[in-house]
Amino acid sequence: MIASHVTFYERVEDALNNNQLHVALNIATTRFVEGRVKAFDALPEGERLRDHARRIRAHTIAHLDRYLDQFAGSVERLGGQVHWAETADEANQIISDLARQYQVKKAVKSKSMVTEELHLNHVLEELGTQVVETDLGEYIIQLAHETPSHIIAPVIHKTRREIAELFREKLQASDQDLADVPNMTALARRVLRKDFLQADMGITGVNFGVAETGSICLVMNEGNGRLATTIPRVHVAVMGMERLVPTMRDLEVMVQVLARSATGQKLSVYTNIITGPRRKDSRTEPDGPEAFHVVIVDNGRSKLLGSDLAEILYCIRCGACANICPVYQQIGGHAYGSVYSGPIGAVVTPGLYGIELWSELPHASSLCGACREVCPVRINIPRMLLKLRDEGTRAGKNPAWLKAGIKFYRFAATRPRLYHFGGRLSGWLTQLIARDGWIRRLPGPLSGWTDQRDFPAFAPKSFSQCWREERKE
Amino acid sequence: MNTEIKKVQLFVTCLVDKFFPGVGFAVVEILERLGLAVEFPQAQTCCGQPAFNGGFWDDARAMARHTINVLSQSDAPIVIPSGSCADMIIHHYAEILADDPDYGARAKEIEHRTYEFTQFLVDVLGVTDLKAHATGCLTYHASCHGLRGLGLRTQPQQLLEKVKGIEQKLLPGAEECCGFGGLFAVKMSDISQAIMARKLDNIESTGAETVVGTDVSCLMHIAGGLHRRGSKVQVKHLAEILRGRE
Repeated sequence: MIASHVTFYERVEDALNNNQLHVALNIATTRFVEGRVKAFDALPEGERLRDHARRIRAHTIAHLDRYLDQFAGSVERLGGQVHWAETADEANQIISDLARQYQVKKAVKSKSMVTEELHLNHVLEELGTQVVETDLGEYIIQLAHETPSHIIAPVIHKTRREIAELFREKLQASDQDLADVPNMTALARRVLRKDFLQADMGITGVNFGVAETGSICLVMNEGNGRLATTIPRVHVAVMGMERLVPTMRDLEVMVQVLARSATGQKLSVYTNIITGPRRKDSRTEPDGPEAFHVVIVDNGRSKLLGSDLAEILYCIRCGACANICPVYQQIGGHAYGSVYSGPIGAVVTPGLYGIELWSELPHASSLCGACREVCPVRINIPRMLLKLRDEGTRAGKNPAWLKAGIKFYRFAATRPRLYHFGGRLSGWLTQLIARDGWIRRLPGPLSGWTDQRDFPAFAPKSFSQCWREERKE
Repeated sequence: MNTEIKKVQLFVTCLVDKFFPGVGFAVVEILERLGLAVEFPQAQTCCGQPAFNGGFWDDARAMARHTINVLSQSDAPIVIPSGSCADMIIHHYAEILADDPDYGARAKEIEHRTYEFTQFLVDVLGVTDLKAHATGCLTYHASCHGLRGLGLRTQPQQLLEKVKGIEQKLLPGAEECCGFGGLFAVKMSDISQAIMARKLDNIESTGAETVVGTDVSCLMHIAGGLHRRGSKVQVKHLAEILRGRE
């Protein structure tokens, strides 16, 4: 994946100057954060459930090879086919081949972050297959030719008014259609219904694959995934290789913490468990698609196994870390420049695609730890951000002034006499440029501090100096 | 009160030392009033947290080794008037020195007797009432590293509740980050200040005359923002409130 030609700092500046974005983010993240708190307050065993969920994820990732084999075997026994893709290109090739094989003219998709990661839509469209996103948020994003800005709420950055304008332009919506949210939703529903009925292929992600049964679990609130997996002839489920749980009992734990963490629901409106394609010889599965394919995507994940970042593979993509993150709340998802945004994105993106192009992201955090506190599987995100910062330093990704500054500080801080001499010198200097104890403009690379803040002058006498004089030590 | 502890070592932190010496003396006064002898190892400098958080772990290691040497001179408990510096020593020294057999082990020895100031008073000494008096209306901001890093959910508030003569206002979003974040405040100053603006709005909305915290790094950033706004709200470390007498 190639970083955008617009730099991180430029994207941040755009985001911070976008008032509408600020309003939209504030409303949405506040609602999500409060919803999550209420949902867990209502569940006395919530904390234990999170511990349990973490153990399930840790165990699964530690034995991922075994569970992948078991899952693939289970899917094939059900009459499904499993495809292994090491890279995004391979995954796209596999899905393109399937589209050709089944002569697919139109594919409907339900929301899937992994296909966003693959940029699958472009690939299929170049092949002449029409791709229609059917999750309302993703549909809006597709109409606007944008990318999602949140893991579970792709259109979190848009206000209702912006969406109404988009519908007017792209769907020729009438004033009546745009009168309120239910009417707007009804319009999208009418338009999309035709696509569902015409589609030859349904493409979905996978929230959880269940190794023991070969089932895939899809959680959603709109029911579009249910249509996408039942009407078309072919269902292609695209799954990141880490998204497994061993058993149905484990799934029960995961869907509970997922819904509560993501949207504050006890369960999502639809929790679909799909176990193989339609079977002719059995009454157990009389409907559904004729063919069922699972594409298991690595795309950089396997190299995280056993690394300092392995814990990031526990992630169940609930988005709670983004909602609570003070940085995300200010800059939104697009500023991160990658499909995965928020604190988890700041780890996943450099983790999957390398620190070389993504060295700023781990620094886009005040390390406040709120992400770790809300993560349903208690991923220590700050620890990994710190690891990546160190990795960035070793890859030479820090500005020269900072590197030199830290080296100098280290030199002084390990030599107390020099350190205190330097302190007195800095004290004298800052007293010189300060007025009433405050500096209004710091020089050079430190000038950012004083955009909206003053900086204090050093105290006329340091604590250690006073101590030496007063205590005569 | 736990009377078995007779002496403590003060690790005052680089920011208190150079910018806010009054906070250090407030801490000393409070500890001495409780009958403790306060040692101040003179060779102390900086714990290395700025380098560690900035991703300069090699440099952080050098500062950590220096600090371990300084704090190993005495076996007294180490008291630090900063949640983030205490968190650095307690949670990160052993991690960055894991491959160093000598200092790795010494880091572990140090971390077990290192405490943030309010943590030491409440959890170790078992003291909440310092017979303190103060005046005016206060609001309390919980700094992240003390709150989430060290899990100090109630200790500062327990101490504040016993202070006579003050009125307290609840700070909306008291547990939300102020946007400081160490080098983050310089490297990503635009984001840092956008987060700060929300914190300052919340502080001003309480109508309190003083905002109180336990980490001077965050307080320096908050105070700088308030001063630039021309706000009348004062910024104080909790120790400065707790030292107050009638």
